[in-house]
This record gives sequence, C-alpha cells and structure tokens, in this order.
Amino acid sequence: MARPAEVAKTSPALETSTPEKPAPLGGMGGPLGWADDRLGIAALGKKNLRKVFPDHWSFLLGEIALYSFIVLLLTGIFLTIWFRPSMAEVEYAGSYQLLKGVHMSEAMASTLDISFDVRGGLLVRQIHHWAALLFVAAAMAHLLRVFFTGAFRKPREINWLIGVGLLSLATIAGFTGYSLPDDLLSGTGLRFVDGLIRSIPLIGTWAEFFVFGGEFPGHVVISRLYMAHILLIPGILLGLISAHLALIVYHKHTQYPGPGRTEKNVVGYPLFPVYMAKAGGFFFVVFGVLVLMGGLMQINPIWKYGPYNPAQVTAGSQPDWYMGWVEGAVRIMPGWESHIGSTTWSWNVFLPAVALMGLFFTLLGVWPFVEAWITGDKREHHILDRPRNAATRTALGVAGMTCYAMFWISGGNDILATMFHVSLNAVTYFMRVAVFVAPVIAFIITKRICLSLQRADAEKVLHGSESGIIVRSPEGGYSEAHVPITADEAFSLTQHERAEIAVPTPNLDDRGVKTKGKRVSGLRARLAQWFLGDEIAPPTRAEIEAARHRTPTSPDLPEVEADEQRELADRH
Amino acid sequence: MNTDHCPARHAAHDVAVVDDTRPVADPGLEEHVERWTDVNPSAGNRAYRQVLGMLALVPLLSIIFVVIYFAVPRDMEVRFLGWHSNAMHVGLGLTAGLAILLIGLACIHWAKQLMSDVEMVEERHDANSSPEERKEFLAAFQAGADDSALGRRKLIGGALGGALGIIAIPAVVTLADMGPHPGPGTRRATIEKTIWAEGVHLVNDVTYARLKASDLEVGSLVNAEPETLKELEGAHLHIEKAKAAIVIVRMEPDSIKIPDSRRDWQVGGILAYSKICTHVGCPISLWERQTHHLLCPCHQSTFDLADSGVVVFGPAARALPQLPIAVDADGYLVAKSDFTVPVGPSYFERDSRDDFKKGDN
Ligand code: HEM
Ligand code: FES
Repeated sequence: MARPAEVAKTSPALETSTPEKPAPLGGMGGPLGWADDRLGIAALGKKNLRKVFPDHWSFLLGEIALYSFIVLLLTGIFLTIWFRPSMAEVEYAGSYQLLKGVHMSEAMASTLDISFDVRGGLLVRQIHHWAALLFVAAAMAHLLRVFFTGAFRKPREINWLIGVGLLSLATIAGFTGYSLPDDLLSGTGLRFVDGLIRSIPLIGTWAEFFVFGGEFPGHVVISRLYMAHILLIPGILLGLISAHLALIVYHKHTQYPGPGRTEKNVVGYPLFPVYMAKAGGFFFVVFGVLVLMGGLMQINPIWKYGPYNPAQVTAGSQPDWYMGWVEGAVRIMPGWESHIGSTTWSWNVFLPAVALMGLFFTLLGVWPFVEAWITGDKREHHILDRPRNAATRTALGVAGMTCYAMFWISGGNDILATMFHVSLNAVTYFMRVAVFVAPVIAFIITKRICLSLQRADAEKVLHGSESGIIVRSPEGGYSEAHVPITADEAFSLTQHERAEIAVPTPNLDDRGVKTKGKRVSGLRARLAQWFLGDEIAPPTRAEIEAARHRTPTSPDLPEVEADEQRELADRH
Repeated sequence: MNTDHCPARHAAHDVAVVDDTRPVADPGLEEHVERWTDVNPSAGNRAYRQVLGMLALVPLLSIIFVVIYFAVPRDMEVRFLGWHSNAMHVGLGLTAGLAILLIGLACIHWAKQLMSDVEMVEERHDANSSPEERKEFLAAFQAGADDSALGRRKLIGGALGGALGIIAIPAVVTLADMGPHPGPGTRRATIEKTIWAEGVHLVNDVTYARLKASDLEVGSLVNAEPETLKELEGAHLHIEKAKAAIVIVRMEPDSIKIPDSRRDWQVGGILAYSKICTHVGCPISLWERQTHHLLCPCHQSTFDLADSGVVVFGPAARALPQLPIAVDADGYLVAKSDFTVPVGPSYFERDSRDDFKKGDN
C-alpha cells in the first residue's frame, strides 16, 4: 500500500537516500489481515518473530530429542495403517518363505507383512526403531547438558521436572513399542516385566492380573500396550513437550558466560529467519540421518527370532539399550527373598528393578531443590555454569554416570565373561562391588580435575596463557613466556560469582535470646561446606592488578585485542 | 521487548559499570567480524550456488525414489562387500534419506553463510510478576472470593471438595474389570496350578511324541510338555505352556543327591524340573552335563539339578520346582501329580514355606 504523499514528507525515511520499500507480505491486507482480524497474530508475531536464541552445539541435544519425537509420530502413523494389535492366532501366509505356515499372533504376522509385503514398510519400521533409540539417547544427553551446566536452577526447576517426566515416559514408550510385534524377543521382554510387576509387595499379583487381564501372557496385553503406545503415552508426551517448549520461550534460553552476556540479557540470533532456518534445517538433518540409518542398518529383524513361544528363549537376548542398566541391576542382585508367613517378598527382583528405577527418577526430580537448599541460593540464573566451576555438582554427576555405566555393563556380564575369558561368577561379584566403589572413585577424581581446572583458570587470568616458547634469560635461566589473554577471555574466566557458604544459626543470639526467622541448621551448613567449600575463588581485581605489574612481559593485561582467542566461549 | 542490534563495544561498557564488583569488567559484546561470504562476492555467490545445488538434487532424488518404488522387483537383492539387503528397501532409504538430508543441509548452509550473522541482544525479565501485578492479582482474587460467598457460606467449599474427591471412586471402580481378581480361589485355579496331573504323559515339546525312559541316555536333556497341551490353542495354549514347560534330565543315580522325600519322584536317575526360571520366568535352556547345572540365559541363575534344583548362583532365590514322575505300563514317562509348589517367579501371596531348600531331606 502506498502512503499518501503528505504523510511521507514528515517521515524520517525521506532523509535517507534509499527508496522506501513496499510493505512486506503485501501489507496487512489479504490473508494476513484476514487471519489477524480473527487471531491477532500481528501482536503475537511482533513480539516473537525476532525472539533471540543463543547458539551452542550443546543446545542441539534437546532439539535432537524433539525431532526424533516428530519422526516417531510420522513413521508411527504409517505403521498403524497395517499393524494389527491382536494376539489371535493365525497361520502366516506372507512372502517370507522361512515362516510360511507357522502359527503366530496377528500382531507378529502383520509386522512381517509390513516388513516384507508393504513397499517401504521395512524402511519405515526401521526408521521408527532407530528414532526411538535416538529419542531416549538424545533426551539423556540433553539431561546431562542441563545438569552439568546448572540450567535446572531457578527459575527452570519446573522445566527440569517436566524433563524427568519426559525421560521416564520416553522409556516406557520405547518399551511398549518393543513389545508390540509379539516376536520371541518382545515376548521375553514382557515375561521380564511380568516378573517385575509380580514382585511388587502387597499389590504385585493384582497388578499383574490387571495388566495382563489374568495370567501371563493372556490374550489382551498386546492391544492394551498398543493403546498405551499410540495414544496414552504419545498424548502425554505431546502435552509435556509443549509445556517444556512453552517454558523455554517464557524463560528464554540460558547462555554460556562471555563478554556482553549478562543475567539480564540473551545474545544470539533472531528466531526469524536465522534460528528458523537453522532449527528447521536441523530437523531435516536428523530426519535424513534417521532415514539413512533405517535404510542401511538393520534393527530388530523379528523374522530371525520367530514368534513368541513361552517355552523358548534366544540365548544372549538383550533389551533395547536404555533398559540395559535395569537388566544389569537385576543380574547382579543377590538372590534375596523373604518368606514371612504365607507371603513372599521378592527383594531380588523388586529392589533392582522397580525400586531402583523409582529411586533414579526421584533423585533426578529432587536434585534442583536439594541443591538450592544446600547452597541457599535463591537467585535466578540465566548464565550457565561452566561444569568445572561447580566442582561438587560435576563430580556428583560423573559419579552418577559411572554408577549407571556399571549397572549397564553388568547387563552384559555374560558377554564380558566370554570376552575376557573369566568366569561369569567373578564378573558378577566384581560388578557388585563396582557399582558402589566406582562412583566414589569417579567422584574424587572428577572433583580434583575440576579444582585443578579452576586453578589453571585463575593462573591464566593472572599470568596469561602458556605460549609454548621457552626463553633463555641473560642470566641463563629458562622460562616459558606467557602471552596475555584477551579481556574477553579474562572476563569469561572470572565472571562467575561464588555463592556464600551458609554458617549455622546459633540457637541463642548474642544477648541470649532465642533466634527467630529463617535458620541454618548444622547439617545444612556442613553440606554447604562440603558442596562449596573447596571451590577456588577467581582472582580478585587487586590480585590481577598486582600480577600485571609483576609481569613485565604482559603489560596492559585485559585491554588488548578483543577479537583474538575466543576459544573459551566456543561460539561460532 | 527491546530488541537491538548488537551494541558496539563502547555502548556495552555501560553494563560493565554495573558489574563493577567483578574481578574483570565486562568488556561488552565482541565486535562483529565480517564473514568471508559477505566481504568476498564470489564466495557469497558460491554459497548461493551450493544452496541451490543441494535443493535441486531433491526433486531428482524424489523421482528416483518413485521409480524404485514402482519398478524394482520386490525380491531383488543388493550385495556389497559381504553385506546384502533388499534392493528396493535400500534404494528407498538412500534416496529419501539423502533428499531429506539435503533439504536440511541447504537450510543450514543458507542460514550460516547468507543470512545476517549479526548477533542480537534481547533483554530478559525476571520470571516473576512485578509487585504491582501481584497486588492486583491478589485484589482480583479477593474480589472473586467475595463474590463467591464462600466467606460466609464456608461449607460449600468443603462439600464441593468432598464431592469431587468421592466421584473419583466410581471412576476408579470402573477399572476393576481389567482382569480377574486374584483372590485365593482364583490363584489356586490359575498361577498355582498347571495342566500336569496324575497319568499325564511327558511328550517331546516339538513332536509331541511320548518319551520312553529307556530312550533317554545318561547326561541328556529333553525339553518336554504335558501331552494334554496338544488339545489347547491360542491364548490358552500360551498360558499353560508358560507354566507347564519342563526339562527332563537323566543323570547317573550315584552321582546325584536324592532326598528321601523325593525318592519316588524319579525313574532311575531321570528327573523332571520346571523349565520356568523362579527368578522372573525365562525358560531355562543351558545344560552343563558335567556339573549337572542348568543355567538361565536371562540373568544367569544356575540351578543344580543333581541337588533337587537348588540355586547355586545368580539372582534367583528359590529352587526349580520338581515334577514327580513315574513310568506307565508301557515304559512311557508320566506325571504322578501336578507340581507340589507354584512354578515361575515369586508373587506376594505365594506360600514359599514348602519349597525345597538346600539340605532338606
Ligand atoms: C524427552 C524429551 C525431551 C525433549 C523433546 C526436550 C526438548 C528440549 C528442547 C528443544 C530444549 C531447548 C534446547 C536445549 O536446551 O537443548 C529443552 C530445554 C530444557 N530441557 Fe528438555 N527435552 C527433553 C527432555 C528433558 C529432560 C530429560 C530434562 C531434565 C531432566 C530436560 C530439562 C530441560 C531444561 C531444564 C531446559 C531449559 C534449558 C535451558 O534453558 O538452558 N529436558 N528441552
Ligand atoms: S529369569 Fe532366569 S535368571 Fe532371571
């Protein structure tokens, strides 16, 4: 729409030499105006179209999870067109010769049909399975990123909780899907779950009968799992993911420390067009890679396992990777069971499977609140921690990962035994100890590494970074020349604030009156000391000042070329 | 929302002043460095051509995809260095995968090389509302609460809460039909019973051929089922098979321990045990004839079949139930009764006092 001439005269646009551009999108007439009249999208878009997102490779992990989920929805819909969730027995008559005439459930037969008689069916099935594995893997890697950078701190605790919910649901979604084809592996997996459910004290048998519609395997469990797999769980996932993303938009994404990055701003690229193109493009990259994997890498060839038969098992059967740690815990657990009166308490199954999973997700869920309570930190945090600067948290995280890894390795104790030619018993006894000892060792080592990295950072700020050049002084001494670091780097290395360590509130104050208000218990003070006590404070302004005068080779420390050496912030 | 292009260094110093307590003052945002594709027109044009080239391949790959879908025979194989697969499957995967990947790569290349790479700064606001907003919220709430009359007629609130709580009970009760209720009677008829009974023949689990005691060699293991299983089908078959499956082993009678209570449960060193692991119910399959150990492939529980099936290793807690057997007039193996204890994994109401424990007699 052209503007009336007299208005244009007063417009500052006239002062520039460029001719005025026509309004984009043909102005607010046409479809845009139509939609805005009804939805008010212009007001919404004005605020959000140019919303800024910071850029860092580690922020892509959550995106990978999101995109795998979308791929799962797309490929899953395709599969539902042919899959029949029924345990009714049929005689296989499809085109896979080796199973012709074999009796199996309709679920299994229809899965074979998808694999051999629907063109592209096998491709989609395999994409779906790879996407499921990637979904859980990406969610877990993303969780670690959020944990180690402290992105779960205020105000993002709720999003962390949603994330924990997402992770547990993603696991269940994967497991229900794994069970659907009713082949020998999936049936074996279900038998395992039946055993887990049964082991729950008091209600186990009831839960088993309610899930399976009676005794294992019964004739309803596949259709029930199907309902959970395609409706219930994806529905909840969809809701939770929407809430997860809405909170990210509301809080705005965190950012890594760096020059110009403050708790009050966010630096990055605008949603439209850069982030849209990058994130949208990345969706296609993830999708494309999954399609290639589906086309080139075989996964879950159920025709090799055959239909489920409760009296058969394939040797070396393994669950999908994310159940491996539970499998491992169940394997190395001693055979404890109590027989009290006419009841059986199956600790050997209940503790390593049901209770351990519960503990895992509970610990994850409460961590942000536990940490905030220990540190007493009530501030909002939008600048991420560099993991080394939260040494105890990082060490705890690595200890947790180590524990998880030990359980996971135990899930392959038979493979380990054959690979290293040791007895299975020896591997099992070793792993029983390792799940407790390895995390402690990992904790100690990680904490030390973090603290020495902190020291190295302080050193670098004071004396510059090592140049690798050895100089010989006129007196004959050798020393390594240090190059001063840039102001940007010096800032990035020193910007983190140290939280104050709480001291216990005395019961009586100086005048012998009972103290009132918020108190710090002795326990909390001790925990705070343990959690924060060893951190190395970044050098103070005075120390930097002093170091600068002492080091004649590096005059003018922070005020040099700002654009050199940005390796720290590691943005591109 | 104050969205600005990246302020120059000097401008950002204003921020630094606020942060004066830090050891090093915030130097402000880095200066923008011009990208190669911006300063060098031919580099820019090259990136432009690359994006177009990638996108141009997508229609090409799509056409190949469609051709493969309709033209490649279903059973054609491709072989490549020992790896082989269905030709159509691989063809569809490669063309679709590459096409999708190229769209993604083109978009990212476009964003990185040709779109503005000037970083922007947006202000953040605390997550919480301002004190005024909080006050207004509380006022609005108060007004609403007053309007509701709950202040004076307090019981409505409690009554409504109670009603909503109680209505959950009918909702939950509707789920009670999800399965039969495993009371004592149901348990006895289901998980505590198998189709084994006196006189039921032991048959080979694949051929359903009856098994003669004299056909079994010392050291051998046979997977067996009750002959009555043949009459079942569908879900029923699976349910019973999941409980009734057994292994029959023949061992040198002198080399095994047979407790007095089980003297007549075996036929000259031929013993029958449940095949269903007492841990979480895998069918056990690995037989070591030297040691008489039976190993479960799922979590490696190991049972000593020469000692009434007690656990010698692994997470299982209970001995494998033994099936009392005998021979009929023609020398075929038959069961003397059902198992004397429930088979399979433990459950809460299971009375495990009668299970065999090491050292029992
Ligand atoms: C299972 C599916 C999940 C999806 C699809 C998902 C998706 C995302 C995406 C796209 C982002 C923004 C990009 C990023 O920072 O990576 C994000 C941020 C976040 N996620 Fe997740 N996530 C999932 C699971 C989790 C889990 C398991 C946790 C932790 C227990 C978690 C906690 C968070 C938090 C706290 C943020 C905000 C991070 C920040 O602003 O720095 N999410 N999520
Ligand atoms: S099912 Fe046999 S050891 Fe677990």
